Amino acid sequence: MTLHDAVPPGRSGPLHRLPTSAAVLALAYWTALGVLATASAQSPPQSVIARDTPSDRGENITVAWQLPPEDTGAGGPVLGYRILRSLSPAGPFEAVGQASPGAARYNDSNVENHRPYYYQVVTLGAGGEVPSMTSGPGIARPQWINTNQWNVFVILLLLLGFNIYFIESIKAGRKPFIRRIAGLEAVAEAVGRATEMGRPILFVPGIQDMNDMQTVAGLTILGHIARTVAEYDSRLVVPTSRALVMTTARETVREAYLAAGRPDSYNENTIYYISDEQFAYVAGVNGYMVRERPATCFYMGAFFAESLILAETGNSIDAIQVAGTAQPAQLPFFVAACDYTLIGEEFFAASAYLSGEPKQLGSIKGQDVGKLLGVVSIVAGVLILTAAAFGHSETLRQVGDFLRNFWSTELAG
Amino acid sequence: MTRRTIPLFITAFVGFVLVIAYFIPHPPFDSLREDFSIFFDIIASVAFILGAGNLIKMHGNRISRREEKWGYSVVTVVGFLAVLVVGLTKLGNPGGFRGSSVTAEGSWFQYAYEYVFRPCSATMFGLLAFYVASASFRAFRAKNLEATILLLVAFIILLGRTFVGAMLTSWIPDSLGFLRIPYLAEKIMTVLNFAGNRAIMIGIALGIVSTSLKVIVGIDRSYLGSD
Amino acid sequence: MGRFAKLVETVNTLDKRWIFLVVGAAVVISTIFRLTFPEIPTPMVKAIFEKIESLPAGSRVLLPFDYDPGSEPELQPMADAYVRHCAEKKLQFYFIALWPLGQNMVDATVSRVLNAEYPQLAYGHDYMNFGYKSGNEGVVAVILTDIKKLYTTDAQGANIDSIPMLAGISNIRSFDLILTVSAGYPGLKEWIQYAGTPGNIPVAGGCTAVQAPLLYPYYPGQMVGLMGGIKAAAEYEALLLEAYPKFRGDKTRFQTALTRMGPQTVTHLVIILFIVIGNVTYQILRRRRGQA
Repeated sequence: MTLHDAVPPGRSGPLHRLPTSAAVLALAYWTALGVLATASAQSPPQSVIARDTPSDRGENITVAWQLPPEDTGAGGPVLGYRILRSLSPAGPFEAVGQASPGAARYNDSNVENHRPYYYQVVTLGAGGEVPSMTSGPGIARPQWINTNQWNVFVILLLLLGFNIYFIESIKAGRKPFIRRIAGLEAVAEAVGRATEMGRPILFVPGIQDMNDMQTVAGLTILGHIARTVAEYDSRLVVPTSRALVMTTARETVREAYLAAGRPDSYNENTIYYISDEQFAYVAGVNGYMVRERPATCFYMGAFFAESLILAETGNSIDAIQVAGTAQPAQLPFFVAACDYTLIGEEFFAASAYLSGEPKQLGSIKGQDVGKLLGVVSIVAGVLILTAAAFGHSETLRQVGDFLRNFWSTELAG
Repeated sequence: MTRRTIPLFITAFVGFVLVIAYFIPHPPFDSLREDFSIFFDIIASVAFILGAGNLIKMHGNRISRREEKWGYSVVTVVGFLAVLVVGLTKLGNPGGFRGSSVTAEGSWFQYAYEYVFRPCSATMFGLLAFYVASASFRAFRAKNLEATILLLVAFIILLGRTFVGAMLTSWIPDSLGFLRIPYLAEKIMTVLNFAGNRAIMIGIALGIVSTSLKVIVGIDRSYLGSD
Repeated sequence: MGRFAKLVETVNTLDKRWIFLVVGAAVVISTIFRLTFPEIPTPMVKAIFEKIESLPAGSRVLLPFDYDPGSEPELQPMADAYVRHCAEKKLQFYFIALWPLGQNMVDATVSRVLNAEYPQLAYGHDYMNFGYKSGNEGVVAVILTDIKKLYTTDAQGANIDSIPMLAGISNIRSFDLILTVSAGYPGLKEWIQYAGTPGNIPVAGGCTAVQAPLLYPYYPGQMVGLMGGIKAAAEYEALLLEAYPKFRGDKTRFQTALTRMGPQTVTHLVIILFIVIGNVTYQILRRRRGQA
């Protein structure tokens, strides 16, 4: 029962029907309560609202309130808030969570969709607990569109648009300038060297599975290399770490040999599975390298700690080594130990670069424009926020924050 | 035509649906990414049978043809089958087949893991120490300006990761504390190295978006075979 | 001079195996003689230590063990140090694993540290093990809202509802700290992105030295502290030794990282020496070729 319910002003109520002594006792009780309430350090949260949390799958209600004036944050008279919930406005209420002092909202993620819930927020303090008015109903519902991710949508449209624009413009005859990527220019030379020496070519597609984009990118490069190998009538060996990668690589290489007009030269036994385990796999590959001494080694895919082991072993057998990966932590090892390294986006551009097709080259230009957008945003953002800091300009700070949040996937709703 | 058209259609359809699902929190779209991830895990687990079959076939052929060093193939096949049988039948488990987990303490499977697999794995990882030394000796040469800067930075980082770095520059007064090796090493890693990493990661993210779009839209079909 | 020139040529193109031999000897000698060197804790490591020190007894700590035997030599010492520290502070710890072999790492740590050194701690009351679940960051996202959606039993097969230290806990939002040990993906980054930041739960962790640079951006805004590699583990052990004298006794048990830093420090110095020698010989040869 709240103080509000106990002392209804200006109305005849139950007090008038009691015997005099009981009435005096009751009056004394409620007066004491009133005094205590007035003397307590905290007041209840105001304007409590319970509403469906937007842009989510439902099952979540946001309870928000206005902080009582005595809430000065941690260390103040308000110790926190308890959130109570009920299925009906009259109760019974059960506690569902707590919030720290200074917090003005709580997410109740333990609710069912399309069901009304009622909430009270109780201020906790040294003087006791003071509940708010009952608020509600809050009804959780799933939304069809996540408006919080509008920035991701815009960036996606921009990137898609740029890709399409450049693909179309190259198809229309415009010649794009693509800078030389030394590692890819060396593919033919590397395959030729192996053919002359009569030694095989080793291709390692990384240690991740087909759900990793690096593996897909690596296998597209394998297709191009396999075609070159087929044309040179050389020998290609592809040890894999995953069964799915083995089957895909076999298909890729078989088609490449077919396209080169040498279907009979294809031998599926040269593409084989070793082990899913990282170091067991690299032990197997290293063993092959030391025994068979391939003249050329390609490492194209996702690598982890085994990258340096592979590269150093390849170095010890005097093989030409071309590596490509999108693992930033492994790039320094490849750069130090390999002859050529495709760094990050060069690796993803390799397939387009090797094919020379307009549709594929257009995507490289699209990538570049995306990067240009990123660079411009970074420079602009840094300049704006620096100016805001020195000039104490709130407007500039808001512009800078907007720019920073635009590129974040955690944009607040 | 069907052989390539159907996979292309599946790729495009699933790709578009998953991209759109990112923006739709309403069920069933909210859990699509997770569901497809689980579907993939199931397929990959079943596909393991292909890999295992290939392993046995390849080494089995080497043994039957008595190819060079076929003895090692015997080790591979015996090891593979032994651990498979021990694991499936829970041989040697203290609690028996029903009474305990396959990795229970004292089980043969656990012994194989603890005394064969773990040491071998750790040994391969340990090789890195030797390879780092040989790679450093070969790669860190002051051939030009950039290589010299790389060399100096490498010295600072290497020394900064040991007590020697702190010892060598402990005499520097606090006012010039930024010249102490541990401080320099930390700043190089958290500022310079981090900035370079971030630039590479931005390029990688764009590359992944671009490659994914090419695969979804069907421009890049190499994963199906050739173009 | 001829002999000197020949020596310089030989050293400049030194066979790798000599380098391996010297590195091997450095590691073996420093291991046999148990060489240890003083470690000065860095701010990131101190931050983790101080965070755990500040937690009152009974605080809940989630301990994800996201690594496997390959990285065990580098990460196990920090995992042991965390568990010891949490046990000393009488915290309640909850093990979990996103890597399949992480569960084995948990079992080994429990057996080696908790059962051996803290036999008074009871499973289910002081510590428990959720075990491994596949799903990578999906697991993290789910247990942030509802643990029972994924975990109906613990790693030993016991019903979650029967575990006393899970009474009244429906998700990990009420946890006081997430303290990870991770060797890659999924790992510390996923715990930060899918639990720490959205759930407002403090996250700290250890990772391999190679991974550490990629995680620096999260410090200190989204991460209490970071321990990168065996050196950071050694710094943490040094802090433990200072705060808890009981750990000064058995070096093999309580000073694993400090002991392993001995060979690492010596190897670092050997590598520096080789780099210097390589550059000296390179410059001499370059001058000679320039003069020729």
